[in-house]
Amino acid sequence: MNNKEYKKYVQNKATKSNLAVDCVNAFWTGGTICLIGEVLNKLYTPLGLGVKNTSGLVSVTLIFLAVLLTGLNVFDNIAKFAGAGTLVPITGFANAVASPAIDTKAEGFVLGVGAKIFTIAGPVILYGTVASVIYGLVLYIVNLFTPVL
Amino acid sequence: MMDYIWAFVIGGLFCVIAQVLIDRTMLTPARILVSYVVAGVILTAIGLYEPLVDFAGSGATVPLTGFGYALACGVKESVAREGLYGVLKGGLSATSAGICAAMTFGLIASLIFKGKPK
Amino acid sequence: MSIIELKSAPAIEYAYSVVGKRESEGPIGKKFDFVDKSDKFKMDTWEKAESEMQRIAFDGVLTRSGYNISDIGAIFAGDLLNQCTGSAYGLAGFDAPYFGLYGACSTCAESLILSSLMVDSDKLPRAAAVCSSHNCSAERQFRFPLEYGGQRTPTAQWTVTGAAAFIVGKKSGFHPRITAVLPGTVVDKGITDISNMGAAMAPAAVNTLTQYFNESGEEPEDFDAIITGDLGYEGSKILVDFMKNNGYDISRNHYDCGLIIYDRERQDMHAGGSGCGCSGIVLASHYLEKLKNLDVKRILFMATGAMMSPSSLLQGLSIPGIGHLLKIEMLSK
Repeated sequence: MNNKEYKKYVQNKATKSNLAVDCVNAFWTGGTICLIGEVLNKLYTPLGLGVKNTSGLVSVTLIFLAVLLTGLNVFDNIAKFAGAGTLVPITGFANAVASPAIDTKAEGFVLGVGAKIFTIAGPVILYGTVASVIYGLVLYIVNLFTPVL
Repeated sequence: MMDYIWAFVIGGLFCVIAQVLIDRTMLTPARILVSYVVAGVILTAIGLYEPLVDFAGSGATVPLTGFGYALACGVKESVAREGLYGVLKGGLSATSAGICAAMTFGLIASLIFKGKPK
Repeated sequence: MSIIELKSAPAIEYAYSVVGKRESEGPIGKKFDFVDKSDKFKMDTWEKAESEMQRIAFDGVLTRSGYNISDIGAIFAGDLLNQCTGSAYGLAGFDAPYFGLYGACSTCAESLILSSLMVDSDKLPRAAAVCSSHNCSAERQFRFPLEYGGQRTPTAQWTVTGAAAFIVGKKSGFHPRITAVLPGTVVDKGITDISNMGAAMAPAAVNTLTQYFNESGEEPEDFDAIITGDLGYEGSKILVDFMKNNGYDISRNHYDCGLIIYDRERQDMHAGGSGCGCSGIVLASHYLEKLKNLDVKRILFMATGAMMSPSSLLQGLSIPGIGHLLKIEMLSK
């Protein structure tokens, strides 16, 4: 059996995750987090910060909660059950920042926490930001060739 | 009331798509997060995400695609205002509160909390 | 390499096992010598906790044996951490020659093979074999931070928090004795999924075990148990399947330490336990006891290892496996 055949054999033999159960759990946990977001949004709207900043403040609140739950050793237990339900909302991003920060304290605050805090979340910021730069450049070039009315 | 329901449903659906990708492809969670953010930027750029935000509110802004949406909106505004300089400034400016919050809270958490065996 | 018969049949004279919480709650949890339910072993980092486990294990076996440290010809020890620091720090306080081994999860068998060879060839009067793994230090090194919220796939295995120490020597009397060894070769069948290490290690196990039966002329029925280290649920299925194709039916007497140590359902352990500690503590407690009680008299013990590193995983390299085999019999000498 060559490597390719073996890989195929293993894939057939391997126990599969229960997609239906996983999806249901991801759906309602992820949905609930977004629902909490919407409730917060309605709560913050009277503050008059404007649409963008209100939604920013919602993110900040959810980030705070996720970091707190990570610190209290609870987040990983919820995530084990929720899967993508806690990963995809901004809570997953916050956990990805907080967990290496807590974990790398033993290696010191500069090269441990400081350097490793973005080991998981760093790529998200990097590629998200660069994607926005590319989009910005396209917009800029399009604007150059669009006659000002 | 419908706002809440749509936030729940659309937000949940974003998570279901990611769950299918995790379970059925070899994509790691980190790759999925990166894809979601970049997808958010692209969907906003081609004008598809804005209507979804109007429709689902937090259901579209809370998932990481919403982070991409915020990046894209930010850069769009600042390019209109400041031209070429805005290309570099817009994205991170619009998302700075979230990133800054994660960094600050993360550092504080590392001071206070300790890891525990699973 | 072919089977090496050990004419003097060195005895596994003494053993000692150290475990954490999950292991102590498993089906054989009562059989271990030392338990720390906090998994910390009074240390402030997980790496130090792992070293402390090795220290406790070796100290325990030494005390139990009544030997002085000068009676131990050499220590063969290994763990999963970078550059084997778990062993080096843990055994630094003992004045005995030290060999650091890296055989991934096969370290228990590797260290026992080297110890028994040294003793059989009369180069050393007796030798110690020590191995350990700690779930938290392994998670940190190979996977994610402890508090990271991720979902484990069903094929994933759980690194055992445990350390085992053995003393191999020429003590006379009725003891479990190592009568033959077959060192494994590295086999890489192209598996890249760190969440299915059973599949990465199984081909190496098949390789070693088939060679053993072919060469020795013995049959699976000649043994009371054929024990693998940590193939887990996935790897065990593959091993039994492939062995059948090779003409050896081991389905009735094959056992895997990774499946013995935890209750997979109750403890939510997916495909079972893994790590150097896994085969080490199951042999040191469960199987040595069974041998001494004559529940089993002749066993094949094969620990398997998946030899990846954090960088090899990131670079997408496939995971090479290895399987080291020992024949252990209850014999009088």
